[in-house]
Amino acid sequence: MTEPGDLPPLPAIEPAQAVDVIVGFIRAQMEQTGFERIVLGLSGGVDSAAVAFLCARAVGADNLLAIRMPFRTSSDASETDALRVVSALGCRTERVDITPMAEPMLALIDQPEQPVGGDVLNVRRGNVMARQRMIVVYDRSAAFDALVAGTSNKTEALLGYGTLHGDMAAAFAPIGDLYKTQLRSVAAELGVPREILDKPPSADLWPGQTDEGELGRSYDLLDRSLFALVDRRWSVDRCVAAGLDRALVEWVAGRVARMEFKRQQPPVAKVSLRTPGIDHLYPRRRPGSRRGV
Amino acid sequence: MEYRIALAQMAPRLGEVDANFALAADWLRRSADSNARLTVFPELALTGYLLQDLVPDVAMRAQDERLLSLSRVSPEMLVAVGFVEETEDHRYANSAALLRDGELIGLHRKVYLPTYGLFDEGRFTRPGERVRTHEVGPPVGRIGLSVCEDFWHASLPMIQALDGASLLVNVAAGPSRAPGSAAGLAAIAGWHKMQDTYALLGTVPIAFCNRVGNEEGLTFWGGSRLLAGDGSTVVEGPLWEEALVVGTIETDDLRMQRYGLPLLADERLELTRRELDRIITERAGLPPPADLE
Repeated sequence: MTEPGDLPPLPAIEPAQAVDVIVGFIRAQMEQTGFERIVLGLSGGVDSAAVAFLCARAVGADNLLAIRMPFRTSSDASETDALRVVSALGCRTERVDITPMAEPMLALIDQPEQPVGGDVLNVRRGNVMARQRMIVVYDRSAAFDALVAGTSNKTEALLGYGTLHGDMAAAFAPIGDLYKTQLRSVAAELGVPREILDKPPSADLWPGQTDEGELGRSYDLLDRSLFALVDRRWSVDRCVAAGLDRALVEWVAGRVARMEFKRQQPPVAKVSLRTPGIDHLYPRRRPGSRRGV
Repeated sequence: MEYRIALAQMAPRLGEVDANFALAADWLRRSADSNARLTVFPELALTGYLLQDLVPDVAMRAQDERLLSLSRVSPEMLVAVGFVEETEDHRYANSAALLRDGELIGLHRKVYLPTYGLFDEGRFTRPGERVRTHEVGPPVGRIGLSVCEDFWHASLPMIQALDGASLLVNVAAGPSRAPGSAAGLAAIAGWHKMQDTYALLGTVPIAFCNRVGNEEGLTFWGGSRLLAGDGSTVVEGPLWEEALVVGTIETDDLRMQRYGLPLLADERLELTRRELDRIITERAGLPPPADLE
């Protein structure tokens, strides 16, 4: 049994500096787009809680709308923890039960014309819920005149542990370059309530679900592997020589490669002289892109 | 003689040339109020950094009337400023101009365009082919201009010191990486180490102006710095925030510094050239020059 001390390190972070940089980033997004308000889905988990704290610091709690979107099977603890964030920040909030919107679609999934495996059914159900929440958040962004803040972290992005056009849909990604273990220390720095910091991460798509149960590995080991493979550009062999389990590292490396499609715009078949994303390259925010100008 | 230098650690607006000229004029007025005689702006201060295909939209000739006019805001003031230059034959360069009272005194085209990691400069601009120094008159004498990455190649500041520079001016747009981690601090510490070293080995003062602000996901770190010819720090600006960083160098110090530490006078240029000729030949896979074994 390898002791943690023998493993490659976790990615380090100095939380106060990371907060300064991210708050500056959020303010710049607002300035560059011409928006003053932010909307996000608040699950009660540490990621969306941290993003809510960062956004409130950047634009003020009154300009932040945190939407709680439970499904019939969501745990009461998620709602309790989401409300802890709302009361700590004094931000605006709204509760939208997605059950009546999601259930007609889920009924179609649960009565398949042809039998399919249970895992696929769970993924489909989870995707429907995540995409239903996206519909609510984007609808409210138009009503509240706000940008949608993303709540995906770097561990999820690299492993593709998220729903395309669901929880991955956002106008900007404040914690997209923070590993889960880094995010926890940043959340603590921000003053995210202890109950939220301490509970096991979960997408809460079905009762008893946890991220680490579903992924089958701890965030500690996943982040050590990702930090070595991605940030330090180590080979699988070097990770193994440094003490990580080969099956773990190969699974992580394979998943990062397989999930590349979730991190990129779809490829465009080039048939013209100048093609968006290939040789029509502009910064997203530029003169003329700010609305209202 | 005492010589006051102001480093305008500003946040340019991406692609908004008119707005940046107005901002630069404001900084120049503030600089004049501080009794500075030289004001240094960051790299691409008049255009912003992450331009991509905006390059031709924001490019200007080195003799552009707007540039010359900027230098008339405070007629006694020497101004070093970064912009995208378009030459007569439509080459686009990341350039720094040295101007005073409506006159272009010196021009440097960035020689080293970083095109690796998070940088993609070589995709959109072409490298300069000259390293020179520019006579600006007493009490300074000759200034060696460079742009950001140029300083990561020791040959460039050393050529300028050997060419008679009594002040090195580096204009920069340095984005932070891994803020708060050891790796991120190492990037800033790397800048400090090389500035200290060039000032010491070149026995030459250094004015380094790095921008702040955000573009897309990048955060520019600032930390502008003025060093004396003995390698000591005269003044250092804050991280992340806009600031007019003003300090004074004593130009008379250089005489006795270079008597006490005659490194430039002792430099074996013919030996350096001989060995460089050999290395160039060997790297090209050619037989050695006839006069060498």
